[in-house]
Order: sequence, then C-alpha cells, then structure tokens
Amino acid sequence: MLRYSLKRALSLTISLAIASLVIFAVIEIAPGDPASFMLGVNAQPDTLAALRTELGLDQSKAERYVSWVTGMLRGDFGTSYTYRTPVSQMIADRLWVSLPLALYALALSTAIALPAGIYAAARRGKPGDLAVMGATQLGVAVPNFWFAMMLVLIFAINLRWFNAGGFAGWDKGLVAGLHSLTLPAIALALPQAAILARVMRSALLDILGEDFMRTARAKGLTRRQALWRHGLRNALIPVLTIIGLQFSFLLAGSIIIEQVFYLPGLGRLVFQAISARDLIVVESVVMLLVFAVITVNFLVDLAYAAVDPRLRSRT
Amino acid sequence: MKRFVKQGFVSGLALSAALIAGAAWAKDDITIAMQLEPPHLDPTSAAAQAIDSVVYVNIFEGLTRFMGDGSIVPALAESWEISEDGTVYTFKLHEGVTFHDGSAMDAEDVKFSLDRARAEDSANAQKALFAGIDSVDVVDPLTVKVTLTEPNGNFLFNMAWGDAVIVAPESIETIKTAPVGTGPYTFGEWVQGDKIVLNRNTGYWGDQPALAQATFKFISDPTAAFAAMMAEDVDVFTGFPAPENLPQFEADPRFQVLVGSTEGETILSTNNKQAPFDNVKVRQAMAHAIDRQAIIDGAMFGYGTPIGTHFAPHNPAYVDLTGNSAYDPDKAKALLAEAGLPDGFETTLHLPPPSYARRGGEIIAAQLAEVGIKAEIINVEWAQWLETVFKGKNFGLTIVSHTEPMDIGIYARPEYYFQYDNPAFQELMTTLNSTTDPDKRTELMQQAQRIISEDYVNGYLFQLAALSVAKAGVQGLWANAPTAATDLSAISWSE
Repeated sequence: MLRYSLKRALSLTISLAIASLVIFAVIEIAPGDPASFMLGVNAQPDTLAALRTELGLDQSKAERYVSWVTGMLRGDFGTSYTYRTPVSQMIADRLWVSLPLALYALALSTAIALPAGIYAAARRGKPGDLAVMGATQLGVAVPNFWFAMMLVLIFAINLRWFNAGGFAGWDKGLVAGLHSLTLPAIALALPQAAILARVMRSALLDILGEDFMRTARAKGLTRRQALWRHGLRNALIPVLTIIGLQFSFLLAGSIIIEQVFYLPGLGRLVFQAISARDLIVVESVVMLLVFAVITVNFLVDLAYAAVDPRLRSRT
Repeated sequence: MKRFVKQGFVSGLALSAALIAGAAWAKDDITIAMQLEPPHLDPTSAAAQAIDSVVYVNIFEGLTRFMGDGSIVPALAESWEISEDGTVYTFKLHEGVTFHDGSAMDAEDVKFSLDRARAEDSANAQKALFAGIDSVDVVDPLTVKVTLTEPNGNFLFNMAWGDAVIVAPESIETIKTAPVGTGPYTFGEWVQGDKIVLNRNTGYWGDQPALAQATFKFISDPTAAFAAMMAEDVDVFTGFPAPENLPQFEADPRFQVLVGSTEGETILSTNNKQAPFDNVKVRQAMAHAIDRQAIIDGAMFGYGTPIGTHFAPHNPAYVDLTGNSAYDPDKAKALLAEAGLPDGFETTLHLPPPSYARRGGEIIAAQLAEVGIKAEIINVEWAQWLETVFKGKNFGLTIVSHTEPMDIGIYARPEYYFQYDNPAFQELMTTLNSTTDPDKRTELMQQAQRIISEDYVNGYLFQLAALSVAKAGVQGLWANAPTAATDLSAISWSE
C-alpha cells in the first residue's frame, strides 16, 4: 500500500510539473501584451516600457516561469497585473463563491439523481422508468446556460422570488447567501443530475443481474429488500466516481453560469483575466484548478486501492 | 369606544401618510450597472474607461471638467487667466477644498499631480495631454502657474480629462484600491468581481449631492443585463449592451430609455500605406460601396448617427460630409476599374470583440464583395488587435470605434496605425493647436474634417450611440457621453 501510494504521489508531482509548463507556454504564446492592453491606444513608448519594467515583463520567459513556479511552491501566486492585488488573495475571495456554489449544485444534483435513478431501475420498462429516462435525456441534451436563462425568466423576472443574479455576500447571512446561489446552483445541477441519474440506473440494473442478487432473492428477500440491502451498496461505486468527476467539473466549469448570473466567482475571474491579458492570474487559477482535479483523482485512486486490494498488485 | 375607533383611524391615516412620505424621501441610494469592471481605481495610470465611469467627478476632480453637454467648466480651478501669447495659464483654486482624508488641497497638490503625469517614468495612458507643459509653479497656496512651450488651444479641454485629475501625494501608494480625491463622493468598498460602493462626502466643498450612496454593479453578459433590469435588481444600466431589447423597455412604463451620442467615431480603418489602399481611388471606391444605414440597422438595431468624417455630430463644429461617400456600388466599380482593379482584390478585415465590429464587419464584408473586394474576416481579441493591427500595422482593414473626445489630431501622426501621411493636414493641426480664438478654431476644425473626408482616409461609418436604461423615477442622467463618466451629483429620484 505504501509503495502504491508513493508511486501515485510521484506521478502526481510529474503531472503537476508538466501541467505548469504547458499552462505557462500556452498562455504566454498567445499574442497580446498586457501593458499595451492596460494603457490603450494613446500610450507612448516610454510609458509602456516603464509599466513593463514595473510588472516584470521585461524579464525573459524562462526567468518568469522559474519565479512563478518557485513562488507558487512558497504559496505566493504573484500580483495581478491589472488589479494590482495578490493573486492568492483574489483566488481566496472568489473561492468563497465558487466552492459553495459547486457544493450546493453537487448536493442538489445528488439529491435529485439518486432517487430518480433508483426509482427508474426498480421500475425498469414501466412508464415511471420511461418518464425518468425521457427527462434525463432532455437534461443531458439542454445546455445549463439555457436552463439558467429560463430560470431567470420565470423566477426572477416574472415571479420575483429571486434576484436575476449577483451574490448577496456571506456577511448578509447564510440564508441570504444561499438564496442568491439557488438559481445558479439549480442551473448547474440539472444537467449533472440527468447524467448521474442515468449512471445510477444502469449501475443498479447491472447489479440486479448478478448472481448474488439471485441468491439474495432465493434466500427469501423481496425484490425491494434485495435491491436496498445488496444492490444499492454495490451500485454506488461507479456513482461515486461520477460524483467526484462532477465536483471538479462544477468547480472549474461554471464560467458561463457565473457570467449569466454575474457572480464574483473563479470562473468570472478567469474570464475577465483572459480578456485583459492578466497572464499571471490566468496561469495561477488554471494551475490551481489542475491541482485540485489531479489531487481529487489521486485521493480517489487511493480510496479505490483501500477498498479493492486487487488494484494494489496491478500497478 | 367610538371615539377610540375614530382616533385609531386618524392615527392610522397619519401613520400611512408618514409611510408614503417616508418612502418618497427614503430613496437616496441608487444601483448603477455597467458592463465592464474597472481593473483598479486610478484614472491617471490606465486607459480603461471603466475607471472613469466610476471615479470621474465622483471621487476625483481636475482643474476643469466635462459637463453632460460636452462643455468644459471650472472645477477645482475657480478661475484662470491666460497670458497674451497664450503660453501661461494662471489658475486660481477654490478655497477650502479638502481631500477625503481631511488634508487640504492646494497648489502644491496641483503641481504634484501634473508633474507626476508628465514625468519620465509616468504610467499615464494619455501622456500626450501634458506634453506641452514646460513648467508648473506654485505662486501661493491657491494660485498655480502653468507655462506651456507653445500656445495650446486645447489646454483647458485637456485638463478636464480623467487622466488629469488632482491626486493627493500621500495617497499614491494605495490609489489603485483605496482612492482619495476631492469629489462629492468617497470610496466605500469594492467587492472585486461584484460591486463598488461610493458614499456621499459630507465635507464636499461644492453643493451636497442628492444621493447618499451609489453602488456600481458589473454585468457583462447582455442577457444578464436585460434580466437584471427587468427584475429591477438595478436602477440604471449605462452602456446597455443589448440594443435589441430596448423597444421592450421603451414600451414598459416602469422604465425609461436614454439614447444619446458618444465620442466614438466608428470607422472602417484602412491601412493607407498598404497596396492597393495607398491609391485614393481604391479608398474612394470602398467608401461608395458601403451602405451606412444598412450597417446601423443590421448591426446596431438602428442606433447610431451616420458620419462622413472623423468628428462627433453633436459637436457644434461638425460638418455633415456623408454626401462625399454616398452609397453607390456602380460608382465604386467604376472607380476600381479606373484604379486598374476591375476585378477587385483580396484583403483582410480584423474584427475586435464589440458587436459594432463583429456584426458590422459581416455586413461590410458582404457589401464590399458586391463590388468585387473580397475581405477575409479575422476575429481577434483586444490584446491581439493591439499587437497585430495597432502596433504591428499588419492589416488591410479593421473596424474600430475611436472613443477619445476630439481626436481628429491622430490624422496628423503618420506613424499612427492607419498611416495617413499628409503634410498639409499636419500643418493644419499645428495651426489649430496654437489657435485660441473660438471662431478661428471652428473654421480650422471644419477644414480638417473636409480634408480627411475628401481623402477617404478611412471608411466613416457612424457615431456610436450612448444607450442607457433606467427606472422611470431616475432623473439627471447624462444622455450623451462626452467622456466616460457617471455624474452622480446630477442624479436624483423624482418625487
């Protein structure tokens, strides 16, 4: 187990190192000078040069890469070119919106998907199953920003139950904060719930055909008892994998939803930073997201190995 | 019992009357939305208009200032005297002006601000505004003398820009995140990515503004902008990004729509040094191939004023020269044949992100194709546009709105990205700069408009409209946008 963990940890480190190189290279290669973007069309050459020196843009790319990476190792993500505040501070502020939003959406999607998937599996081929499958088909096909626009139209403009967007701030209280995240969370959760419900259903159906399920029925359990006691536990493994993946997606992938609801989250930060050529912010946020995804995968790998000893010998 | 009921009724009436009256005077805050968030709050070290939209004449003031109609009036300078030869400006400052940190604003601060802007290592995005200043001298605490190297008829205008506001020396360290100025509003808080709050400055030297607090919200997505306004989450949206929705707001009694003019001349910029655009006949042919109204209708939903030169139509000195380039595809084809290109030619059309460019570009490309000019559309981000088009001059055509006020002077700079090099025009601009007589200036400006129009330097399309949506009760909003600003002091709620 220790050897396995070390191997995984080494591969994690290598992945991160490669990711940092790729991120830096891709973002730096794209044309556009941050200083001329900030100073606009009437800027004079000496002004531009002064600003470039101030931002450290006059150093070579290699020097900048090294100082960026070594800074991150010390927890220093550098200073934003445009906002002129420490990037780590900006990321921390935005995480207070993006992280609760991702968790909220994940909770909603799980709360919707698991019962729906179980219900559909238990009623395989019956009208209830067909209805759930039809709905999830729609949920998978329709993009989340369209859901977002419909939700705003109905609940913000017509019914006035929610604001059309914006974030109240946690200083206004938990309820106010959650209230302002509700529509975005639903919009994010619905397509995810649709995927998850389908996975739940098919995982459960696979299990229902297994020998041990037949044995359980033979022992005298009803179909429902067998499903709850033996089927569900085994079917949860693929479902948990999907939930893990979905969390990474929700954290990194809410850029459009944050635009539609003008939430001050990570996605919006990346969006603004890209158009302003605020390279250091883009690089650091992307790096952080890569780090989060790789770490989650690493933990999932370890968890698998703990659950299933066969995996340890295989690697 | 009866008396009690009656009394109760009366006091109930009084209470509801008080509530209604209370509601009328309680509304002294406002939420104003705009598309772009400022990168920081120092108007003297960045080009971003979003900075001025929040801080100009609210937090920071200059010696002079723009009014909503585009006129220049005294601000921190109470009055001034100009020497006979037009090179020495002696400004008399207002007495009793303090910065938000409590320190007095005096001639030393003016000297500091102007010297900082024109210094060698200055990060001022409009350094050219200060180029003509030879020296700034403090005469006494309320008098400052600015000496110019040569007369400059634009000097008072230049001093009104957001880039020329007076800042406190001790606040420079933190000016980007906690600005300290002299204006009627103080900086409250900034939740980055979300909002900026300004509070009324009770110690303001001028009249107290009506609104106690203003919150700026930043909503970049056009659909979200529409929803925020419809749900009444915000009171005002300046620079409304979804013109297609304006009729809906106009029809709704809860809202008002303001359609004004900006300083943005939207032009089909042409690389005058690149063949075949170095031939005036080719440029003229393109001008006649373009149907401006179709672009205004198709790309801007009808909002925008056709222009025939590089000058704002709301300016008193404007001359309507659209006739020089009336839509006439047959004439365009004839001109191309005269230029030796009867079958047209191929070129590139770089389009930056705004919808005037992206949507307008599609229409222009189609119109040019009608006369045989095949323009390959290349969509670019702003940073890329600055790099390839503006700095690299590696382009054939591009569409861009030139939003700086009174910027016809760019045609006197042969190194400027469209590379128009006409010594006669350059001399005219030199004369204009040194002329202070208003009538003479108007005449020179009209002459300048004619030269560039008749030289077909660029394709002159339309003046960008200033579109705002507000709740019906908001009054005092600027309809026009002579400069990027949200003049909060002028705004109030009607009874």
